[in-house]
Amino acid sequence: MVVSKIELWKKGFKDAIPIGLGYFAVSLTFGLQCGIAELGIFEATLLSFSNLTSAGQFGGLELIVAQASYFEMAFTQFILNLRYVLMSTALSQKLDSKTSIPHRMLVSHGITDEIFGISMAVKGKLAPYYSYGAMSCAIPCWTLGTLTGASIGNILPPDILNALSIAIYGMFIAIIIPPAKQNKTILFVVILSMVTSLLFEVLPVLNLISSGFKIIVVTIIIASLAAYFFPVQEDTYE
Amino acid sequence: MNNIYIYILVMALVTYVIRALPLTLIHKQIKNKFFKSFLYYIPYVTLSVMTFPAILKCTGNTTTALVGFIVALLLAYKEKSLTTVALVSSICVYLTGLIV
Repeated sequence: MVVSKIELWKKGFKDAIPIGLGYFAVSLTFGLQCGIAELGIFEATLLSFSNLTSAGQFGGLELIVAQASYFEMAFTQFILNLRYVLMSTALSQKLDSKTSIPHRMLVSHGITDEIFGISMAVKGKLAPYYSYGAMSCAIPCWTLGTLTGASIGNILPPDILNALSIAIYGMFIAIIIPPAKQNKTILFVVILSMVTSLLFEVLPVLNLISSGFKIIVVTIIIASLAAYFFPVQEDTYE
Repeated sequence: MNNIYIYILVMALVTYVIRALPLTLIHKQIKNKFFKSFLYYIPYVTLSVMTFPAILKCTGNTTTALVGFIVALLLAYKEKSLTTVALVSSICVYLTGLIV
């Protein structure tokens, strides 16, 4: 059955609704921080629209306040966002190999932790129009959150903001649990990853590692071990 | 005083290049079995690492977060949609916050 582009777009948009809600809450906080840092409303909004990444933006804002060098800014962004290299490589195998360069370039801007999560959870190959649907929901929410936070401050009561901030994690759980139910190896990988992540939070020295770098280190170690001990059979992405 | 727009441009460019390079350059299906398996496991590891233990701190109250976490696990186990899991766990966090 051939699914039309508009159907794919709609599916992506719908799947990204929880992302949008979570983004709005997080991005509003970013807008508030921008206000405190005395960034203009336009600059703050442009920053969110063009960057579309939480850790990178919060880290970058600190450097702007500190008036760090441009090189320092570039290097910090590189480290904070290096995990996207892994995600982009995984997505390159999820897209049809015939997908054109312009499509690939557009899909690339939408590689965030969350959109990556729903894109990999799609059955079969990933169609660019699914990504565009997800981006059409997530990018406006992320941008408007910052605009709202930077212009009128905190309009939502903190209780509601706090409640919304769990939405993204709830969505991650909804992505990883069903396959973990079917497949013991995935279940083992999920539990091992969570335990390792906890260790990086509580053990001395390890807890000094930034969250962006922790994701890279733990991903490379655990995905390598899993690939070595439990190699996947043919056509993983079919 | 450094220019704010140059900062934004540097941030956006570095981030975009990191995102775009692998996706635009790798067109072929990777045949190597180890590397294929490695890529297959990546989403499960990254999403797990990002979720836990961060989820316990995201609401500013460990009790409400724990309730939200458990509700999300149960609904995900029942294979509810992403939106349902995300919204119902948010609502449970909010309601628990009214009590504790």
